[in-house]
Amino acid sequence: MNLLVCISKTPDTTSKISFKSDATEYNSDGVTFIMNPYDEWYALVKAIELVEQNGGNVTVINVGPASNDIIIRKALAIGANDAIRVDLENGDAFAIASNIAAHAKSKSYDAIFTGKETIDYNGSEVGAMIAELLDLPYVSYANDLTTSGNISKITREIEGGMEICEVEGPFVLSAAKGLAEQRIPNMKGIMMAKSKPLNVVAATGDALRVKTEKFIVPPGKTGVKLIDPENMDELVRLLHEESKVI
Amino acid sequence: MSVLVYIESPKGHIKKTGNEVAYYGAKVAESLGTNCIAVVIGKADNVGNLGKYGVSKVLHVNADQEIEFDSQVFTSVITQVASENGANTVILANTANGKSLTGRLAIKMNAGNVSGVNSLPDTSNGFVVSKSVYSGKAVANYNITTSNKVISLMGNTLQIQEVGQAVSPENITVALPATKLKVIERKTSEGIVPLPEAELVVSAGRGMKGPENWGIIEELASALGATTACSRPVADAHWRPHHEHVGQTGVAIRPNLYIAAGISGAIQHLAGVNNSKVIVVINKDPEAPFFKAADYGVVGDLFDVVPKLTAAIKKYKQA
Repeated sequence: MNLLVCISKTPDTTSKISFKSDATEYNSDGVTFIMNPYDEWYALVKAIELVEQNGGNVTVINVGPASNDIIIRKALAIGANDAIRVDLENGDAFAIASNIAAHAKSKSYDAIFTGKETIDYNGSEVGAMIAELLDLPYVSYANDLTTSGNISKITREIEGGMEICEVEGPFVLSAAKGLAEQRIPNMKGIMMAKSKPLNVVAATGDALRVKTEKFIVPPGKTGVKLIDPENMDELVRLLHEESKVI
Repeated sequence: MSVLVYIESPKGHIKKTGNEVAYYGAKVAESLGTNCIAVVIGKADNVGNLGKYGVSKVLHVNADQEIEFDSQVFTSVITQVASENGANTVILANTANGKSLTGRLAIKMNAGNVSGVNSLPDTSNGFVVSKSVYSGKAVANYNITTSNKVISLMGNTLQIQEVGQAVSPENITVALPATKLKVIERKTSEGIVPLPEAELVVSAGRGMKGPENWGIIEELASALGATTACSRPVADAHWRPHHEHVGQTGVAIRPNLYIAAGISGAIQHLAGVNNSKVIVVINKDPEAPFFKAADYGVVGDLFDVVPKLTAAIKKYKQA
């Protein structure tokens, strides 16, 4: 199997958030960046598992600047065979998807995996865009996948439950929790990653379609109102009269 | 140019999320000085009721055919309907299916898009919408600069109201492209409002000590008419089903009321719930970080507090 896994870089969840350039840009000073967990834990590990079982190759692709190489090397250390970085400083979902699709078009990947969303923007857009650009079926929020010949059986999350689908031929999938188990890279993997190929290619230019006007940090809660545990009637009264939610 | 809203009809019924999209789309159309058309795909009942939420026309595609969801097929149908009806703005729900469609529609329509929008657009200078980013720690305002636009709406963004009359739906036939995806089985819990749609949510965590103790949470939820949820460790330990897990790696929700019992409030949990309008935290540890994100807090043993709260709710409902 020839698989492509799309990975992205996000700030660690516990990072403090601040903005610069008149609140139009994320301030990355002092922020720890990680590989987006859905890409790493589920999409990448599932692809590696499939290749371990069936033979083949896992390529990871990232669209971003040279500072992203650190997460790409991590993906190689976990077990990807080779990597591509499309050199682009600031890409929106459309630019990222277009560049990945442009690469994948000339290759014959059996499947393309992304995480279900990034933990910073929660857009859930790139996988669907790649699928449309390549005219492939797309299964989002997949938490189980088995393949048999040309047919893949995929379970996906839907509101309040799940759906099992069968897809014929190549497809794009977004990975949710349950698809695989997180793997920690070992020393051998880290050493091997250093000599695995990481090819940097130029980006194809496309104008951004969405402009960030401003980031706003909402005021936090003004302070919790503590209620006597013996007086739940008071809590119910406040929920009804003060906050009007019941 | 019209606004087109795509309304989902799971198992042939339009749900609250669908009515929200119709209401929101009609508001957007109003601010752009145009009309809002709704499209429903496949067998569904009472589609004309969407008129009550402000849409001027309902197009019912292949009304007598049961059509399983395939993003490729639905993208083709929606873009065809948009182009035939002169719509350049497409709005849909940010649901599981919506997430499969938004990116595809944006590509097919050459449109700028924002998913998970949580406000009406500001059309005074462009088309500016907001969404929650960075685990709910910030809000971003985005200006969609293309003439074609696709946006998906977060659930519970607007309090919907009936503003019009039901309309007679117009049945149309669209040739469906061949599908490469077959849905072979579906498992959903019946009779429960799914978490992303729930207005009231009662959630519990490791403080419950074990799955056998969940009766008091279910009683509170049933007294309130709320949906139950849980924290990640609880789902990981299989105390509760995975689809109940709210937080960063589970479902992100924004109910009107979120009651959390025995959940300490790790940042990853807060990321999925901090857009709730009102948060009540019940925890015996006064230092639990969740209290900082709460509106109301009860410091006490949940095994004592939760049944008392259930009794107080029942008393209030009877009064």
